[in-house]
Amino acid sequence: MSGIPHDHYEPKTDAEKWLDKRLPVVGLVHATMTLPTPRNLNWMWIWGIVLTVCLVMQIITGIALVMHYTPDTSMAFASVEHIMRNVNGGWALRYIHQNGASLFFVAVYLHIFRSLYYGSYKAPREVTWIIGMLIYLLMMATAFMGYVLPWGQMSFWGATVITGLFGAIPVIGAELQTWLLGGPAVDNATLTRFFSLHYLMPFVILGLVVTHIWAFHTTGNNNPTGVEVRRTSRREAEADTLPFWPYFVIKDLFALVLVLAIFAAVVGFMPNFLGHPDNYIEANPLSTPAHIVPEWYFLPFYAILRAITFDILFIDSKLGGVIAMFGSIAVMAFVPWLDTSRVRSGRYRPQFKFWFAGLCVTFMVLMWCGAMPAEQPYVIISQLATLYWFAYFLVVLPLLGVIEKPSPQPATIADDYAAGHDNRVSGSGTVKPAE
Amino acid sequence: MAHVEEQSASRRDFLYVATGAVGAIAVGAAVWPLVNQMNPSADVQALASIRVDVSAVEEGSQITVLYLGKPVFIRRRTAEDIAGAEAVDVSTLPDPIARNANLDADAPAIDANRALDGMEEWLVMMGVCTHLGCVPLSDAGDFGGWFCPCHGSHYDAAGRIRRGPAPTNLPVPVASFVEDLVLQLG
Repeated sequence: MSGIPHDHYEPKTDAEKWLDKRLPVVGLVHATMTLPTPRNLNWMWIWGIVLTVCLVMQIITGIALVMHYTPDTSMAFASVEHIMRNVNGGWALRYIHQNGASLFFVAVYLHIFRSLYYGSYKAPREVTWIIGMLIYLLMMATAFMGYVLPWGQMSFWGATVITGLFGAIPVIGAELQTWLLGGPAVDNATLTRFFSLHYLMPFVILGLVVTHIWAFHTTGNNNPTGVEVRRTSRREAEADTLPFWPYFVIKDLFALVLVLAIFAAVVGFMPNFLGHPDNYIEANPLSTPAHIVPEWYFLPFYAILRAITFDILFIDSKLGGVIAMFGSIAVMAFVPWLDTSRVRSGRYRPQFKFWFAGLCVTFMVLMWCGAMPAEQPYVIISQLATLYWFAYFLVVLPLLGVIEKPSPQPATIADDYAAGHDNRVSGSGTVKPAE
Repeated sequence: MAHVEEQSASRRDFLYVATGAVGAIAVGAAVWPLVNQMNPSADVQALASIRVDVSAVEEGSQITVLYLGKPVFIRRRTAEDIAGAEAVDVSTLPDPIARNANLDADAPAIDANRALDGMEEWLVMMGVCTHLGCVPLSDAGDFGGWFCPCHGSHYDAAGRIRRGPAPTNLPVPVASFVEDLVLQLG
């Protein structure tokens, strides 16, 4: 599939031959599992499997929760408590689903920043990147709507604030907001449609995940050097790669065990650490929580939304904030064309490393500001961080490609792999079998 | 049959375009009901106008009713409240516009334009802070009116913003007395 020379599936038994002529599904699974994978992939290449597991886990726990949840403003909050107290193992289902969303976003942010550092978005992987960004947008929509379903105070007021953003759009804003809510304010009509869409979207995401994997199986994986796998001969390709099964499957499963161990500890010992106590108060349209704060994974973008406190020409601050928030994600989607450097991996870009570290710090600072009240000094800090975010994508990346002098890259993945492993062998000597 | 000039657009092209156009209309006609079902339903629209019996509201007190999913403050003001609100110079207000749906969009924010028409005693307004949508607290703040606990906006006895981040006065919805002490909103 990826144009890397390797063994292809040949049906052997009569049954396999019979099926292969009618539906080549075994060959498809074989091609997926034996995909030649760069042998130098590091530990930042595990988040894909974590994300896949998260999606499956959320769908399975979600389907179970729907069996006990009631999407009606008079019963939603009570039905969540019913799940917590009465349903057999309901507490575990709900806490896994609730914290599963957080694990999902931890993994997706690490996955995205991995790609930003190693230049995985660059040609020929732009389509993989764009599909990934679509998945990320759908994830945010799904998580937002899911958070409304327990019908707590933060559910209600978060939904009020976020749907209010659409009201800021000129001309059609008011009608659009009413259409989204199904009424003049967040109410039963809003809850039931959010429930419907929250159930639908994970399956859309699942479809996009298949195309995401299809896309990078077509181009082949990127790797920490950013140097392409040699396709010139079978021998060279084999020096650069290992088959996905068993090498990377086992590595990914090992990483998954560690990640899930931490996840289980969070679910078991501190399930509400990432939540807000206000959401254990039933939604009340007559009383507002003192601080309306979104879930942690939305905080950076919430900070960007609130950072625009000034009018820009004819755009008022409210609309400006909405544009900045959606724009901050849009600039990420365009990064394959904004980054002008011919060197793919940040490992060989000395100046890029500095600016990329700045981007990571900016992201964390924005997350912190988003959790703080909309007061000084947080406003000015958010504004500076927002400026850096946009400058990184719109100014730094286009210019760096021109002015930066990259350091030398290894000629092949095999060289990079050998360099890493020779050092280790010379350091530790021969490995002896354990007694 | 008469001689027909062979046009640049053939009969087949026409059929392609016509079929495509009919197909597009059919898809649109099928999609519109799916879009429109998300608009407010009849029962939600029926609540766009409600009547409130305010006979039990004592002078100097307030009730809060839910209208269009949002709180509405209905306050029966005292003579001191009214006198204090009338004494304010409109030009000194952060928002000098009345924001009263019963009046012109540019009516000045004098006290008479904030209260119900000809009934200074009654102040009816949306209980939603114009900053970020919190519900302000009554009988609080530095101006004898409302105070929003979220980001510290102070509103006076006529619901006008006096200090804090809120950009505009609390809006007055369409409201009038339809019977003695029965108020209609919307």
